[in-house]
Amino acid sequence: MPTKAVPRKQAAPAAAKAEAPLPFDARKLRPSHTFPEDIIAEIQRMADEGLYYIRGFGAKRKLPTFDDLVFLGASATRYPLEGYRERCATNVVLGDRFAKKPIELKTPITIAGMSFGALGSHAKEALGRAATAMGTTTTTGDGGMTQEERQSSKTLVYQVLPSRYGMNPDDLRKADAIEVVIGQGAKPGGGGMLLGQKITERVAKMRTLPVGIDQRSASRHPDWTGMDDLEIKINELREITDWEKPIYVKIGASRPQYDVPMCVKAGADVIVLDGMQGGTAATQDVFIEHVGIPTLPALKLAVEALKSMDMHRKVQLIVSGGIRTGADVAKAIAMGADAVSIGMGALIALGCNKPVHEEDYEALGTRPGFCHHCQTGRCPVGITTQRSELEARLDPERGARLVRNYLTALTLELQTVARANGKSHVLHLEPEDMAALTIEAAAMAGVPLAGTNWVPGRV
Amino acid sequence: MAVDLDTTSVRALNESLHRITPSSNERHWRIVNPRGKHAIAAGLTQPIDVEIDGHVGYYCAGMNQNARITVRGQAGKGLGENIMSGEIRVTGNVSECAGASGHGGLIVIEGDAAGRCGISMKGVDIVVKGSVGHMSAFMAQAGRLVVCGDADHSLGDSIYEAALYVRGSVGSLGADCVEKDMDATEIEALGQLLKDAGVDASAREFRRYGSARKLYNFHIDHADAY
Repeated sequence: MPTKAVPRKQAAPAAAKAEAPLPFDARKLRPSHTFPEDIIAEIQRMADEGLYYIRGFGAKRKLPTFDDLVFLGASATRYPLEGYRERCATNVVLGDRFAKKPIELKTPITIAGMSFGALGSHAKEALGRAATAMGTTTTTGDGGMTQEERQSSKTLVYQVLPSRYGMNPDDLRKADAIEVVIGQGAKPGGGGMLLGQKITERVAKMRTLPVGIDQRSASRHPDWTGMDDLEIKINELREITDWEKPIYVKIGASRPQYDVPMCVKAGADVIVLDGMQGGTAATQDVFIEHVGIPTLPALKLAVEALKSMDMHRKVQLIVSGGIRTGADVAKAIAMGADAVSIGMGALIALGCNKPVHEEDYEALGTRPGFCHHCQTGRCPVGITTQRSELEARLDPERGARLVRNYLTALTLELQTVARANGKSHVLHLEPEDMAALTIEAAAMAGVPLAGTNWVPGRV
Repeated sequence: MAVDLDTTSVRALNESLHRITPSSNERHWRIVNPRGKHAIAAGLTQPIDVEIDGHVGYYCAGMNQNARITVRGQAGKGLGENIMSGEIRVTGNVSECAGASGHGGLIVIEGDAAGRCGISMKGVDIVVKGSVGHMSAFMAQAGRLVVCGDADHSLGDSIYEAALYVRGSVGSLGADCVEKDMDATEIEALGQLLKDAGVDASAREFRRYGSARKLYNFHIDHADAY
């Protein structure tokens, strides 16, 4: 039976005058969740340039972090230590598994591997001086060891990278520890990258490459493939250095549950685990944002693997990737790390993204707080540059003071938290001292959701 | 000095070799029963002579400086990796990655070399009397690789400024590797290198390969070359 048609709109009463529609009403703009403005800009950039976007810094997307955990502190059932009065030790020994000369850190916060090339010599020197003053280590990077760096760093870790740029047995013997780099958190599976604008004569000479070329390091080592080979390679490095130096193996966070046992089997003294928040001076954005897992779950998987082999605290674990505060350090250690490593945080202490020389940020198309333009070699604050006029903005002595202050503050924060949880040594912190604020963090960190006994995924 | 690796550990041998100073009298070492052990004579620094009678494992003479090391037998992976100076000679065949990332010095292989010979080389001279396997001189930055026999596929892939000389056939050239002319100066220099290596061959019989330098900087229209 046909229904009676109902008129859609009723005619306005003759008395009321219709409002003319606004020519433009911002409230009616509906952004696309799938194609927001930044994606539109990126698609159009790709169309213009036909190339992936290469940038510095680390992952910028929102990721689960240590912020999603809290410490419980002391209470009626736990005694705190007196702040400022009772000692809370921070010393950590690294590499006592096989090496004749292990490293003793005064504070479990080390400086991550960053190359001369990516960083200028002033920045490298400042980091070395700061680490020396703090009784911790600094690390070379792709491109070899510079004189300035060796002189300014009392305890220096020498990286053996796939590129082997500047690899030299004299430097190997001068180092205090050796770090075989398999991968890094910003790009597990990718080699180093240094664009032509940063390949000055000195950088080129250290790397045996022509000046001004876009340098793309290998992603696999030239003389070993697979972990059985790595075991023999580590043995060779020990033979060359007469078994004196601790040997670290650095991995990007991808499959730590499998990679960590393999590193232990290959004979590592120390494992460095770099989560996806880890920084880089130049990498494809797609790599930074979409490859690897965050530091939080990677750390849990690594510690579980070490514990299952009864190697926790025997093969030390250094974790890096997005460590910023003393709370981050304390949480990483409580989850089972022996020490942390800091790259971006130290550069920010040096002045990275500081609101000074704003016109130079603008010339790069960015602003303080947003800059990730390390790849350009035009760092407005003189850190990730080889240009002398920009480097002049970073006095190594002043820089060393800034980084030293930062590391001191981190250590004080770490001790504050440890004392509050009743620990006389920071390594006594444990997962039971923490609760998770989100279900995701509870699952990833293996810490109960606050107010429950629930660790998702644990039966 | 004679060292028997049936009764002495590689670790003890290497420690003895590392203790040698410019004024030490022990300038000639003979090592017997190596039995494929790894890292034999790795990390030497002094201009001494080391003769190894038998086969060696991985990384023999790794990172060598100044020493003259002879292996009378076959060698495993990574022979003379990252060699800085001095000379390494193998009378037999060698496994993969011989002379990997070598910065200087000379490696002479009297037999054949497996794949990735001279990978990532940075100034070393490698002379192979026989043939080399695939991907040899991959990402080679500087130095010379001379092959008296044939080279397997993808020779000199992603090569930088190293020079490759092959007397026999080349399976294929890798990305950005091309044949180049040889002028009189180069023929003379190659002749001298062959002479230094103790190889009886005429430099004129070799063809030279090197970088086309098209991949040195990102260029969107070369994206399919990778």
